[in-house]
Amino acid sequence: MEWLQQLVNGISLGSIYALIALGYTMVYGIIKLINFAHGDVFMLGAFIGFFAIARWDMGFFPALLLAMLLCAIIGVIIERVAYKRLRNATRIAALITAIGVSLLIEYTVIFFRGATPEAYPQIMAETSINFLGANISTKSLLILMVTIVLMLLLQFIVHKTKIGKAMRAVSHDADAARLMGINVDNTISATFAIGSALAGAAGVIFGFYYTRIDPLMGILPGLKAFVAAVLGGIGSIPGAMVGGLVLGVVESIVNAVGYSLWRDAAAFVILIFILIVKPSGIFGKNVREKV
Amino acid sequence: MLKVNNIDVFYGNIHALKGVSLEVNEGEIVTLIGANGAGKSTLLKTLSGLLKPKSGDITYQTKQIGGKPAQSIVKSGISQVPEGRRVFANMSVEENLELGAYLRKDRDGIKKDLANVFELFPRLNERRKQQSGTLSGGEQQMLAMGRALMAKPKLLLLDEPSMGLAPLIVKQIFEIIRMVNSQGTTVLLVEQNANMALSIADRAYVIETGKIVLSGTAKELQESEKVKEAYLGGV
Ligand SMILES: Nc1ncnc2c1ncn2[C@@H]1O[C@H](COP(=O)(O)OP(=O)(O)O)[C@@H](O)[C@H]1O
Ligand SMILES: [Mg+2]
Repeated sequence: MEWLQQLVNGISLGSIYALIALGYTMVYGIIKLINFAHGDVFMLGAFIGFFAIARWDMGFFPALLLAMLLCAIIGVIIERVAYKRLRNATRIAALITAIGVSLLIEYTVIFFRGATPEAYPQIMAETSINFLGANISTKSLLILMVTIVLMLLLQFIVHKTKIGKAMRAVSHDADAARLMGINVDNTISATFAIGSALAGAAGVIFGFYYTRIDPLMGILPGLKAFVAAVLGGIGSIPGAMVGGLVLGVVESIVNAVGYSLWRDAAAFVILIFILIVKPSGIFGKNVREKV
Repeated sequence: MLKVNNIDVFYGNIHALKGVSLEVNEGEIVTLIGANGAGKSTLLKTLSGLLKPKSGDITYQTKQIGGKPAQSIVKSGISQVPEGRRVFANMSVEENLELGAYLRKDRDGIKKDLANVFELFPRLNERRKQQSGTLSGGEQQMLAMGRALMAKPKLLLLDEPSMGLAPLIVKQIFEIIRMVNSQGTTVLLVEQNANMALSIADRAYVIETGKIVLSGTAKELQESEKVKEAYLGGV
């Protein structure tokens, strides 16, 4: 049952893309910025998790929570320092700034610790369970479980809490939200905090699953998560979840049929395809009218 | 209650309000009428804190509110029903109304006001779970008004509530404005529909290209030749 196994691998990989894609899509939804530094927050999360586990002897879950917390803070700092003053600037200025922030984070990390990769400590024995003849590693299951919990939590925050409703209101119409008394700046910061925490979680999960991390590790998953967000419909939260999973599974299938060298290209073929066929993505709304 | 004193507001170098002064007393319905582009919305946005006046001052009760952030203005008791309704189309009617009460913490009071809004607008109650983007124009106007009332304002600012609505619905909306006012909310009503606005207002101002050109009681303005000619269709 090679196929089932590949499918599970695809879902694990896809959950990582999905977690990163959520941050892209939420930030885009609220300030229409493609935050290219988002993949680097994912990388920072992986390193925070690494230090927490390897140096400070923390377990997986405490390390995960610490990485989420610190990444949330880092996300808010990035927003306040780099993006806030560009709210009314052209999109291209904001985009260039985002790329600048991305490079700054990558090379700051390299400056302080060099570019050599780090091996994630193995804190869980390599066991697997047999399901319909396929060997499914307990690691994959753990990843899947963590992702599901985080996504349910996100759905709860966005739909049931006051800050979640404020986030949806601001992304729909910031001035109307102001007229409700919503503090738009704080709401944007909260969006960055939540998106960055999810990226941080994805970083720890990535390190835990693939074991190798390095300061430039955020680039490719970051780009692919961006593709996932576009695939699902940028701005749409369910879209990011579905887009990430679809992308992960497609990559695994490409891998399984023997084209492993083409794996990375698959994402970009999908991107081109979606931009031609349905630029608004799977869950995308058509451009909304504004009177 | 509200005193606007000689304010100037700019968009970049477009001088949109030129030394505008106006006053609203507690309990009144005051209307501001003027043609498209005269500066009516600009004034309401400035009162709500979406725009900052370059000079002049705005006194509400005893506080200076000119240039204060929008949330502190809402908190002090001024709500706006914006032009074009601006409901949160991606949310249900109920969620829109909840957002109107965003700054309030008094759960019981919110519940009471929600019941009151549903009494004023039974249609909203029937559609409370419906996505507000699917409502008709008149229903969206009602929702925008209900949402503003959920903040429990002392002063309600209305920006062209009649825009794009059928005459029958406009009549209903104006009836409700009068009702809200009689329940103790002071109203500043911006309109192009001068006839309707003057018929429910106590006092009125006329604005042209960023300047107040006339003011008086609604009755005086209804009878003024100038207003008749320019705003009441020459009747
Ligand atoms: N966002 C804006 N940027 C530049 N000019 C604006 C903007 N909004 C309004 N104006 C200009 O300010 C003037 C007053 O507009 P507005 O207050 O919307 O008028 P009204 O509500 O009376 O129709 C108009 O000349 C309009 O073109
Ligand atoms: Mg207007």
